[in-house]
Amino acid sequence: MTSSDAAGRPVVEMTGISIEFPGVKALDQVDLRLFAGEVHALMGENGAGKSTLIKALTGVYGIDSGEILVDGAPQRFSGPGEAQAAGVATVYQEVNLCENLTVAENIMLGNEPRRFGAIDWRATRRRAAEHLATMGLDIDPSSSLGSHSIAVQQLVAISRAMVVDAKVLVLDEPTSSLDADEVARLFTVVRGLRDRGVAILFVSHFIEQVYEISDRMTVLRNGARVGEFPTAEITRAELVSRMIGRTMEVLDDLQVRTEHTVDPAQGSTPFVRAVGLGRRGGVRPFDLEVYPGQVVGLAGLLGSGRTELARLLAGADRADSGSLELQGRPARLRNPRAAIGHRIAFSSEDRKGEGVVGDLTVRENIVLGLQADRGWLRRLPGKQVDEIVDRYVRALNIRPADPDALLRNLSGGNQQKVLLARWLATAPELLLLDEPTRGIDVGAKAEIQRLVADLAARGMAVLFISAELEEVLRLSHRVAVMRDREKVGELTNGPDVGVDDVVELIASGGDH
Amino acid sequence: MSATSPAPSRAPSSGRLGTVVRHHLFWPVAALVLLLAVNTVFRPSFLRVSILDGHLFGSPIDILRNCAPLMLVALGMTLVIATRGIDLSVGAVVAIAGAVALTYIARSPDPGSAGTALTAMGIALVLALALGTWNGFLVSVVGIQPIIATLILMTAGRGIAMLITQGQITTVTSAPFKTLGAGFWLGLPVATLVAFGVFALVAVLTRRTALGMLVEAVGINPSASRLAGVQARTIVWTVFALSGLFSGLAGLVLASNVMAADANNAGLFIELDAILAVVIGGTSLAGGKFSLSGTFVGVLIIATLSLTVTNLGISPLVTPLFKALVVAAVTLLQSPVMRRKLAERTRRVAPEPKVVAR
Amino acid sequence: MTTVAPRGRAARAQGPGGAPTRGRARGWRIDRRYLPVVGTLVVLALILVVGGARYDNFLSVGVLANLFINNSFLIVLAVGMTFVILTGGIDLSVGAVLALSSVTAAYLLNAGLPAGVVVPLVVLIGSVIGLLIGAMVHVFEVQPFIATLAGMFFARGLCFLIAPESIPITDETFVALAGWDTWVAGQWRVTSSVVIALVVVAVAFYLLHYTQFGRTVYAIGGGEASARLMGLPVTRTKVLVYVISGTCAGLGGLLFAMFSRSGYSLTGVAMELDAIAAVVIGGTILTGGTGFVLGSVLGALVLGLIQTIITFEGTLSSWWTKIVIGGLLLVFVVLQRLLAVRRT
Repeated sequence: MTSSDAAGRPVVEMTGISIEFPGVKALDQVDLRLFAGEVHALMGENGAGKSTLIKALTGVYGIDSGEILVDGAPQRFSGPGEAQAAGVATVYQEVNLCENLTVAENIMLGNEPRRFGAIDWRATRRRAAEHLATMGLDIDPSSSLGSHSIAVQQLVAISRAMVVDAKVLVLDEPTSSLDADEVARLFTVVRGLRDRGVAILFVSHFIEQVYEISDRMTVLRNGARVGEFPTAEITRAELVSRMIGRTMEVLDDLQVRTEHTVDPAQGSTPFVRAVGLGRRGGVRPFDLEVYPGQVVGLAGLLGSGRTELARLLAGADRADSGSLELQGRPARLRNPRAAIGHRIAFSSEDRKGEGVVGDLTVRENIVLGLQADRGWLRRLPGKQVDEIVDRYVRALNIRPADPDALLRNLSGGNQQKVLLARWLATAPELLLLDEPTRGIDVGAKAEIQRLVADLAARGMAVLFISAELEEVLRLSHRVAVMRDREKVGELTNGPDVGVDDVVELIASGGDH
Repeated sequence: MSATSPAPSRAPSSGRLGTVVRHHLFWPVAALVLLLAVNTVFRPSFLRVSILDGHLFGSPIDILRNCAPLMLVALGMTLVIATRGIDLSVGAVVAIAGAVALTYIARSPDPGSAGTALTAMGIALVLALALGTWNGFLVSVVGIQPIIATLILMTAGRGIAMLITQGQITTVTSAPFKTLGAGFWLGLPVATLVAFGVFALVAVLTRRTALGMLVEAVGINPSASRLAGVQARTIVWTVFALSGLFSGLAGLVLASNVMAADANNAGLFIELDAILAVVIGGTSLAGGKFSLSGTFVGVLIIATLSLTVTNLGISPLVTPLFKALVVAAVTLLQSPVMRRKLAERTRRVAPEPKVVAR
Repeated sequence: MTTVAPRGRAARAQGPGGAPTRGRARGWRIDRRYLPVVGTLVVLALILVVGGARYDNFLSVGVLANLFINNSFLIVLAVGMTFVILTGGIDLSVGAVLALSSVTAAYLLNAGLPAGVVVPLVVLIGSVIGLLIGAMVHVFEVQPFIATLAGMFFARGLCFLIAPESIPITDETFVALAGWDTWVAGQWRVTSSVVIALVVVAVAFYLLHYTQFGRTVYAIGGGEASARLMGLPVTRTKVLVYVISGTCAGLGGLLFAMFSRSGYSLTGVAMELDAIAAVVIGGTILTGGTGFVLGSVLGALVLGLIQTIITFEGTLSSWWTKIVIGGLLLVFVVLQRLLAVRRT
C-alpha cells in the first residue's frame, strides 16, 4: 500500500492469515510485515483481531490458512516454544511470568547455563543481572518476582525475551497499567532494542503512545486488514476513522440525541453521596455525588482507580475509611447484596469473570439478580420470568432472541446487553457501569450508549466508566477525573468541554 | 424417582434417535441396562422379584437396598460438586454417625426402646450436620479449597470414630434401630424408602425453588454470582452442611443394617464411590450444571456393578478394578478432548448457527 | 524506580527475624518461601523437646534411627507426592500402587523369579501406572483427582486379582537385601531402606533445583498458562510428575515389602492421605508452586514422631495419631491460607 521501499526484506511476513473459531471468522486474509529496526504498531478496536493475530504469530493459535515467513523461511508454529526458538518473543498484557520464582529464574527459565548437566545458579544469576543491566534495571536477581511492581515485571519479561536473542519482540498492551514515568522508561528500552535491529510489534490502545514510539502501523477492523501506514503519514483523525470505519455516522447520530441539557443535580438530594470514602490498596479517599437523572462519567487511565471506586459504591469491596449516604441517609455496604438492597446495580468491567454465567441460559442470566434478591425460597413465577425476559430481550435487541440459548454462545455485545438486562430487572436507582462498551462491536455500543442516556432521562442515577474519553464526554453531565488511584478533579460537561480538557486534567493531576 | 430433575439438556432435534442418544442420561442408562442384561444372561432369574412374608425379594430389591447409603451420600456430593466443591470427609462422617448412634444405644439403660433409638439417631444426625457445617465453614468463611478442607476431617474423622467406640466394634440389639437398615414397609426395604424419599425431596426442593439455579450459578461463576447478589457463601455453606447430614443418615442406615459400628471400615471408600456416581451421572467435577437424575442412575450402576461381580463368581475384592474401568471409560467419553472431537463431527454435518454480531 | 523496593504488600507480609536473604543486605527477614518450612521445623523441634522432656530414652539415637527406618517408605511416597502437588495436582493412587508393587514383588519372588528381575520390575509397575494417569490427565484433560482415583481403583483391584492373601517373602537375595544394615558413627543404624529413601530424596532435590525439568515443575505451579506462554514443555512435565510419583509409589512398595517381608493386598489403605499430610505439613502449598522436597521429608518425620510419641505414652490409643495429624493439617492449612490472604 505505502512505502514498500523500507529497508530490505521484512523479518516477518504474514500473508493471507485466516483463523476461524466456531461460528466466528476471527481473522480473514490478514497480512502483516515487520522490519528489523522498526517499531510497528498494530491498531484496531477491541475485537478487531489484534490479539488473535499476535497469537498466530507467537504460536499460541494455529492458523487455518495463510503463510508465516520468519527471515524468509516458512514457519508453522505449534506452540509458543517453537515461536521463541524461531526468534519471536512476546510480552503479554498480563505479565505472563511466574511470581513464585525469582527474577533471575523468570529471565533464564528454559535457557539456564549449566555445568555438568546441572543448572549453574551462579552463572544464571550473573547472566540475568547482565540482561537486567541492559534494561537499566538494578534489582536483585534473587528477589522474588512477585515482590516487584507490574512495571518492573514488564521489563523483566522483556529481559526474558532478549535472552533468546529475539529478532522479533511482540509487546501486547505493555503500557496499560503503567504510569507516565514507567512508560517513558519502557520506551527508552524499546528504542534501545530497535536500534539494535530488533523488529518490534507494539500493540496499545493509547494513540499518543503509538505516535510517540512507532514507525509504521497496520490497522485491523473486524478481522480484516484495513491497511499499512507509515506513522508520520497518517493523522490521528484518519487513523481513528479507519479503526472504526463507516460506523462514524452512527456515533455522530447519537451525539445529536444526547445534547447536554441542564444538569439535573440542581436542587435535589443526591442519590449517593460519598465523603472521604476510600480503601487502602484500592482508591484514596474521595468525595462524590450522583443525582437522580444524572450521568457522572469517570475518566482516567486503566489502573487509575476508576474500577476500585465503583467497587466501593457497589459493595464489591468494603471501604475502610469515609462515609456513604444514600438518598440522604447514612449507609454501609458490606457486600454486593447489601448494595442491591439499596437499589444499586454494578456491571463489572470483567464481563467474563464477573458478569457472564456462561452455562446458564439467557433467561436464567437475566433473572439471576432479581432471583438472588428474592432469596432461593421465593422462586419467581414462570410467567413473570417470561414477561421480564421477553421485555428485555426486545427492549435491548438481544440477538439471538432465544431465552433458552446458553449465554456463552452469544457475542460479546449481546452478553453485555443480557447483563444490563439482569441489572435493569432489579429496578436500580443507581447504575454503576464499568466499561460497558469495551470489546463489543460498534452497533451494540451505540445501542448501549443510547440506553444509558434514556435511563438517565427517566431519572436513574448513572456512574459511567470508560477508557474512551469521547464516550464519557458524550454521555455524562459531570466528569470525575481519576489518576493514580485518586480522584483528582471534577468538571461540569458542556458544549465547549472537549477531550483535551479531560486529558489536561489527568495529565496535570488536578494541580496538587 | 420421576420427581428428579427435569433434563437440562436441550439437544438440537436432528431425528428422534439423535435426540435420545444426545440426552445426557443416554450413556449412563445404557450402561445400567447393559449391566442388568449381562446379569440376566448369566443368571436368568436375576430380574425375578418374589414375595416372601409380604416382603419383596430378589436381586433388584437387593440392589435398591444396598444402594441406599451411597444414594444419600451421592446426593449431598452432587450438590457440593455443583458449587465447585468436593467432600472427601463423607466416609468419615458415615463412620462417626454409626459410632455415635450405636455407642449411645449400647450405653443406654433401655437399648430396645424406640425412644432410645430415636434419640440416638437424633444425636448422630445433629453431629453429622455439625461436621458438615464445619467443612462449610472452612470452605466458605476461611476460604480453604474444598478438597483440602474436607481432607482434614477425612484424616481425623476415623480417629474420632475410634475414640467414640474406644476402638471396639460396638454391637447392639435394638429392634427399632434395626428397622432403618433391615426393615420393610409396604413390602419395600425401609432403607430404600428413606434414601429415595430424601432424594426426591431434595430433587423437588432444588427444582421447585430457585436453589438449583443459584447453586449452578455459584458453581459456574462464583464471582459473577456474588456480584449479582447471590449469597454464594451461604449456599456453599449449606451444601456442605447438607452433605454432612446426608452422610450421617447414610451412616445410620449402614450401622443399622449390620447393627455394628466399625469405625475403621464403615463407609470406607464411600466418598470415592459417591464421586464416581456423580461423575457417571454427568455432573462435571468443574462445578456448575448438575443432574440429580444422573447421579441416581450412577448410584444404581455402581450398586449393580458390585452385585454383578459377585454374581459372576469373582471375588468382591476385585470390584475396584471394574470401577476403575468404568471411571476411565466414562471420564474419557466426557473428556473435553472427546467432546471436541464429537463436536467437530457434528459441526461438519450441521454448522453451528453463527454467533450473531450486532 | 531504579532502587526498586518491594511494594508495600510484600514488605508487610514478611515477618521480622530469621536469616538474611542472599545478595545485598536488605534487613533481617525470612524469605517468605521458606516460612512454611520453618513452621515445620518448629513443630518438629517442639515434638522432640516435649518428647524428650516427658520420656526417658526418647531422644536416644536408637529412637531417631528407627524413625527413619520405619518411615522410609512414607518418605519416598511424600517425595513423589511433592512433585505432583508442586504442579498443583494431587495423586490419590500412591497407597494402592504401593500395595500393588509389594504384592507383585511377593508374588513373583514366590513364583521363583530372581530378585534382580523382580526389584526393577515392581518399580517399573509404578512408573507405568503413573504414565497412564499422566496420559489421562494430559491427553484427555481428565482432572488429576479423577484420573488418580481411577489409578487407585485399578491398582487396588489388580492387587486382589494377583493375591487376596498375604504372601510371605522367603527369597534369600531379597531377604538379604532387606536385612542389610550398617552403623553410622558406631551407633546410628541405617538399613538398606533408609539408604534407598535418602538416595531418592537426593535425586529429587537435584531434579527440582538443578534441572530445567524441576524449575518447570515450579513454574507450572506458579501459573500454568504463564509457563506455557514462556515456551516451557508444560505437557511433558505434567505427565512426568505423575510418572515420578508412580515410580516413587512403586519404590515405596518395594521398601514396604522389605520392611514387612511380605506382600498383602490391604497394605497402604489411606496411605495417600499420610503422604499428602506429610507434604502439606512439610510446607508445600497445595495450590502449587511453593514448597521443598526437604520440607516433605521433615513432614514425614513429624508424622513418624507423632506415632512414636503415642507409642511412648502407652496409655494413648492408636487412633489419636489420626486425630493429631488431622489437627496439624488444619493448623498448617489455615496458616497457608492466612499467608495467602496477606499476600493479596
